[in-house]
Amino acid sequence: MGMPIMLEVVDAAADESLLEGIFDYFHHVDEKFSTYKNSSEISRINHGELKLEDATEEMRLIFELAEQTRRDSNGYFDIHHNGLIDPSGIVKGWAICNAAEILRKEGFENFYVDAGGDIQVCGKNSQGEKWRVGIRNPFNMHEVVKVISVTDCGVATSGTYVRGQHIYNPKNNQDALVEILSLTVIGPDIYEADRFATAAFAMGRSGIDFIEVLSGFEGYMIDKDKQATFTTGFARFVLNDSIC
Amino acid sequence: MSRNRSNFTSNFNQAIKKFFLSAFVVFAFIAYAIHERLTNSNAGLSSAQAVPTSNAGLDASGSSAGVQVSSLPTSTTSVPTAAPQPTALSSTSISSNTSAFKDGIYTGPTIDVNYGLVQVQATVQNGKITGVQFLQYPTDRRTSQQINAIAVPYLQQEAIQAQSANVDIISGATLTSEGFQMSLQSALASAH
Repeated sequence: MGMPIMLEVVDAAADESLLEGIFDYFHHVDEKFSTYKNSSEISRINHGELKLEDATEEMRLIFELAEQTRRDSNGYFDIHHNGLIDPSGIVKGWAICNAAEILRKEGFENFYVDAGGDIQVCGKNSQGEKWRVGIRNPFNMHEVVKVISVTDCGVATSGTYVRGQHIYNPKNNQDALVEILSLTVIGPDIYEADRFATAAFAMGRSGIDFIEVLSGFEGYMIDKDKQATFTTGFARFVLNDSIC
Repeated sequence: MSRNRSNFTSNFNQAIKKFFLSAFVVFAFIAYAIHERLTNSNAGLSSAQAVPTSNAGLDASGSSAGVQVSSLPTSTTSVPTAAPQPTALSSTSISSNTSAFKDGIYTGPTIDVNYGLVQVQATVQNGKITGVQFLQYPTDRRTSQQINAIAVPYLQQEAIQAQSANVDIISGATLTSEGFQMSLQSALASAH
């Protein structure tokens, strides 16, 4: 999974121990689901040391959610690839959602949780405004090419431009998925946004159409020619570059 | 008396003219109809080889009037379309009575239209298509409920442009690959 975790809690009375608790939760998720760790539960399943039916409840839940997403995306989301299972495309959004839920249960209303560029936003920022989320330029990591103003939703970006290939087209192994560099999805929460951003990315150029028809989701897709295509409802979130 | 007789003659001439004119119109119509029938019959015969074995593409509304039999692309194209309607490349009207099609049930192959599978079946009786059925149609997924109702409009595009606005958070593809780097850039900020 490997990614930086960032969170900001605006509400007063949030303290250090709360944040530590959130980081501990992500640490626990990493220990269990990271395919980079030999001792993780998912690695043991991949090595054949552990059967799914004997796995923890959380692991079995992830497999169920992955299967549901596979059906919801007509097969374009698939945690199985080349004989190995990598559930990171669904674990990340799920974990961020759970972290947000921990914060909500503690009574916090204004915060965001960001894991590797996938974000759950709630309430308002420290200026009392909706959270301003920038979409990173796939061609220049120091630049932002779009700014959206959002609250109480999830923003997920799928892309292959940084880490190298980690999303595959389950329908065509030869498809290198080089047409589209980045697909950002705004969804009702980060779990939904993440799973559909991953699925839609595997569809290549048609991914943005999939997001268009999906009720309650908007998307912004950037291709290799620096052209962006966006859904019909996306514009209402956009903060235009203004002089002030 | 002669006036009556001449009136009668002219009326009669007019009636004759009307009769022949009408007869000509009717004859022309019949000739046209027969010609059309012969033309359609020929076209039906020429596509007879294609229809029983080819993909059957039908209007998704399933209307029985003007049913078209056409060939389909055999693989999913990248053309954005959400409505799972097979694309008609050519059409042949087979509404006329023709013995070109053997009675039977013709089943098309299953086509993956990206959001589901579509398969159609046509029933031919007495040389006419009497029934059209979708054997497979993506109605059992949440997404297809919306797909069935709307078609994807042409989506807007733009060249990406660097923005100068300040942002709270940045969304982008994952930056690092191994392990968790717990960036302790958490911030505690007062709401006021």
